Amino acid sequence: MSDTHAYEAPGEAGFGDYVQLLKPRVMSLVVFTALVGLLVAPVGVHPVIAFASILFIALGAGASGALNMWWDADIDAVMRRTRKRPVPAGKVEAGEALAIGLGLSGLSVVMLGLAANWLAAALLAFTIFFYAVVYSMWLKRSTPQNIVIGGAAGAFPPMIGWACATGGVSVESLLMFALIFMWTPPHFWALALFMKEDYSNAGVPMLTVTHGRRSTRNHVLVYTILLVPVAVGAAFTSIGGPVYLAMALVLNAWFLVGAWRIWRRDEVVAEADGYAVEKSVFRFSLYYLFLLFGAFLAEAALKPYGLGGW
Amino acid sequence: MAFPPEHEIHKRRFGRNVGVAVTLGLFIVLVFALTVVKVTRGDPMQGFDHSVRPELAVEGASE
Repeated sequence: MSDTHAYEAPGEAGFGDYVQLLKPRVMSLVVFTALVGLLVAPVGVHPVIAFASILFIALGAGASGALNMWWDADIDAVMRRTRKRPVPAGKVEAGEALAIGLGLSGLSVVMLGLAANWLAAALLAFTIFFYAVVYSMWLKRSTPQNIVIGGAAGAFPPMIGWACATGGVSVESLLMFALIFMWTPPHFWALALFMKEDYSNAGVPMLTVTHGRRSTRNHVLVYTILLVPVAVGAAFTSIGGPVYLAMALVLNAWFLVGAWRIWRRDEVVAEADGYAVEKSVFRFSLYYLFLLFGAFLAEAALKPYGLGGW
Repeated sequence: MAFPPEHEIHKRRFGRNVGVAVTLGLFIVLVFALTVVKVTRGDPMQGFDHSVRPELAVEGASE
């Protein structure tokens, strides 16, 4: 039987490959920040509706990840960090990634609208559009400010979580958005400093490639300084409180010291110790965001006992 | 005629089918749970159905 060969197509995808298409690691950050946005809101949400809302926000984020992998398959194949993704690895066809991305986008937006409300659904739709079209298709390959503006896509989830609970947008949800938005540039530029050749090989105009590494170090410091008032200012809204304020002061001081150490160094020193400072600041920046959102959650959890908030 | 031995690709396809089935099953359970919650909380469930039902009228409307 000659057609048996047709069954032996190499690299046929398993279920896990389709899951990888949804960028599960990015999804975990989306789930966490959206959950915080939903739980710190002043309106209670039924647990089933809360669970469904977070699930559909995560699914929407996954859908935009699949669309990103469809569009970026050519540069993903060049970069070491992304070469093993399902599309460049030949496990999933680009067309499949597009179909899954579009299908899940529609499903997640409609289901979030039905489960929570249509403002949250509209924000999710805009987030998917922003990440897939504005960031992936337009900014990523055209400007070194790609990370700055593209960071908005990652900043929407807590705002969507808040909208699921309250049906609106408020100064608190805008501040949670601003916190992630301002955090993204120093976080990614610290990564770009030690992922040396990847971006230049792929022709992605990262700041390190277009303006040089000295300029990138300056940018890390300036954006970290701009981040501080946003992070500390959130302490004085209804979602903040003394626990958050203490956490914000310590973490921001630490982040500032890290950014200052990155700024003070040059390439010779950095290469000599294998980019130790850049790597440690990048790692710290992940804890920074996790702990700050954890502090919002702590304030909300303490409120019923008369301890959280001001 | 003997059946050919099972190829690795068949196992992968079976895994994929099971994955899709489980995902769809969980989706059905979730939609059912959402429906139960929305119905029992008394969210509005009636829509226009070609007959006059005063309970659907917006409160404070003049007609």
